[in-house]
Amino acid sequence: MSAREEVLRRIRRATKDVTEPDPALDVPVDWTYGRALDTPDVLADFVEKVEDYKATVVRVDEAGVGQAIVDALAELGAMSTVLPDGLPSQWDETVVDSGIAVHRDHPELSRAELNVIDAVVTTAAVGMADSGTIALDHGEGQGRRALTLLPDRHICVVRSDQVVSDVPEGIARLAPGIRSRRPVTWVSGGSATSDIELIRVEGVHGPRRLWVILVD
Amino acid sequence: MSTRERLTPEPPSWLGIPPFPEAAKAELGKAQQRKNLRHATATIRTKRAIRAAEVDNWEELRTAAAQIKDRVGRHLDHYLVQAEKAMTEAGITVHWARDGDEANRIVGEIAKAKGVDEVVKIKSMVTQETDLNEHLEEIGIAAWETDLAELIVQLGHDLPSHILVPAIHRNRSEEREIFTTEMGRYGTPAPEGLSDEPAELAAAARTHLREKFLRAKMAISGGNFIVAETGTLVIVESEGNGRMCLTLPETLVSVVGIEKILPTVEDLEVFLKLLPRSSTGERMNPYNSFWTGVTPGDGPQDLHVVLLDNGRTNVLADPEGRATLRCIRCSACLNICPVYERVGGHAYGSPYPGPIGAILGPQLRGLDEARDRALPYASTLCGACNEVCPVKIPFTDILVHLRHKVAEYKTSKHPTVEQGLMKGAGWVMSDGRHLALAQRASRTAGLLVKGRWLGPMPIPLAGRWLQARDVEAPPTETFRQWWKKNRGDK
Repeated sequence: MSAREEVLRRIRRATKDVTEPDPALDVPVDWTYGRALDTPDVLADFVEKVEDYKATVVRVDEAGVGQAIVDALAELGAMSTVLPDGLPSQWDETVVDSGIAVHRDHPELSRAELNVIDAVVTTAAVGMADSGTIALDHGEGQGRRALTLLPDRHICVVRSDQVVSDVPEGIARLAPGIRSRRPVTWVSGGSATSDIELIRVEGVHGPRRLWVILVD
Repeated sequence: MSTRERLTPEPPSWLGIPPFPEAAKAELGKAQQRKNLRHATATIRTKRAIRAAEVDNWEELRTAAAQIKDRVGRHLDHYLVQAEKAMTEAGITVHWARDGDEANRIVGEIAKAKGVDEVVKIKSMVTQETDLNEHLEEIGIAAWETDLAELIVQLGHDLPSHILVPAIHRNRSEEREIFTTEMGRYGTPAPEGLSDEPAELAAAARTHLREKFLRAKMAISGGNFIVAETGTLVIVESEGNGRMCLTLPETLVSVVGIEKILPTVEDLEVFLKLLPRSSTGERMNPYNSFWTGVTPGDGPQDLHVVLLDNGRTNVLADPEGRATLRCIRCSACLNICPVYERVGGHAYGSPYPGPIGAILGPQLRGLDEARDRALPYASTLCGACNEVCPVKIPFTDILVHLRHKVAEYKTSKHPTVEQGLMKGAGWVMSDGRHLALAQRASRTAGLLVKGRWLGPMPIPLAGRWLQARDVEAPPTETFRQWWKKNRGDK
């Protein structure tokens, strides 16, 4: 008997007391999915919670994004950055014009090349205010997963219409992407560890600094 | 095993640890460890309480989580077959393993087929359970732990003592010592003059591991969740070492217990609100990764999932213990447990310590070994774990149920002194005159020891009980005598 058959046989024997074949009827779940929180100011909540992770948040209007990115790169001491495909051309041009070394991911950058680039600039898919979480679905403007992992500083541009009150609404927005097999990464502040005496240390393996530009 | 030099630091064995009552006694003697544990558990349980209190419908969430996990457990065959189909369609090779040895063999064969001599690992409870690292070591493959705490444990030739913070029993100066002496033997050494500042220690780990991440061809992970409908795997982590392992190597093998299934994508909303607040006391942990099979041009192009039983079907087969499989390994039960706080994780003799270890171990492995028969008693039954568990596992009910099973097991194996004593107790309790007689005997004993506390005594059964406890001397006056004297006229 194959391991698969054996394990399934053991499971069926172990659950022979279960007589209702429909899981939903057998164990009803008392939960309403996708509910929003009753947050008075969702954007303010998002800013507060993201800052609580010691990330930086700046709020700008649409026209100011390019300059805000350049300012962030300067503030973070980044001498080089990688720009994924699909960023709005105006931002891209502003960064290029600023004179910082700009890398592109085609042909694909090696791990070693990515490892020595100081920063990455991306857009996002969803922001979740209550937990201060930003979700990337690695679509246009977000790059493959390694791009937001190896460089030490991540500058992430979130549009205000992408921010929802809480995780359930966030999952609802991300579900179609997950169902079409997009990888998804959730980022809540910079990389951190509390493994030494439970003292939080920012920055272990992922980007040490997260800088969020919220576009009103 | 050959006599060649080891590739990775040699850990001690869980098998060398005696049953809980004896191990606990030794652990209690470690003053530094007790201090480290008290500090850590107090900090983390306070954080959990604050973050749980922020969520208005916390209780509703716990109920939903328990229901979802019960739904999965009661229909596990249905969901596993669904998950297998979805994962296969998404380009994942799905393997099944009856036990830990089979899972280890599968992982080892994949590594051999890929021609790798080292792998990077994300902290995973399930590969601790199967002792995968030691299996890989035996077949000539070095497995590197990349979670900071797991690195401290691995380099320290140590065993993990907590589900979430495996090096919880160590403090910064011990950790500095481990890094300074060991890092250089296995890769980039610790920098000269490394201090014991947490930030410096973390930076040393970053440098030491970065080299391994950049060259890794294969990674091994566990899995927090598998979504049955889509075949999506989810990993919840903090440091980014998980993301490194999940995205940089060409090959990724995820070993996942069969109970880790969730029915739908939407079910994630319940668990991603509960898990971080319950485990690290954060609103959300820094990184969550979700992947559904192979993404061309992004991440590993060869994905494997090993679905592991290793005793989980034993747990499932007992309707009274089944709720144990709801566990999402958050460790809130450890952090609140007065027993765990004092003895630490090693005394439980397996990677799963604390209340969850006390109920999971004996159910996964059965009661044939003394260490597993001892675990249901490694609790005061105070019930604090019941209150903090995000999936509402009824710990104390299951502990009592398992104590009953241990008693049954012993009775069936060797009718004993215990039964004799119970028979005696039955005689005493059956008649007031018998009780009076017994009380007079205890009074005599009380007069003999005159208020001194009693330590270990060579008395069958009581002797074992007294190994871990001191007991007050019997009173010099029985209750009946007191009543007669003070209330006799009423």
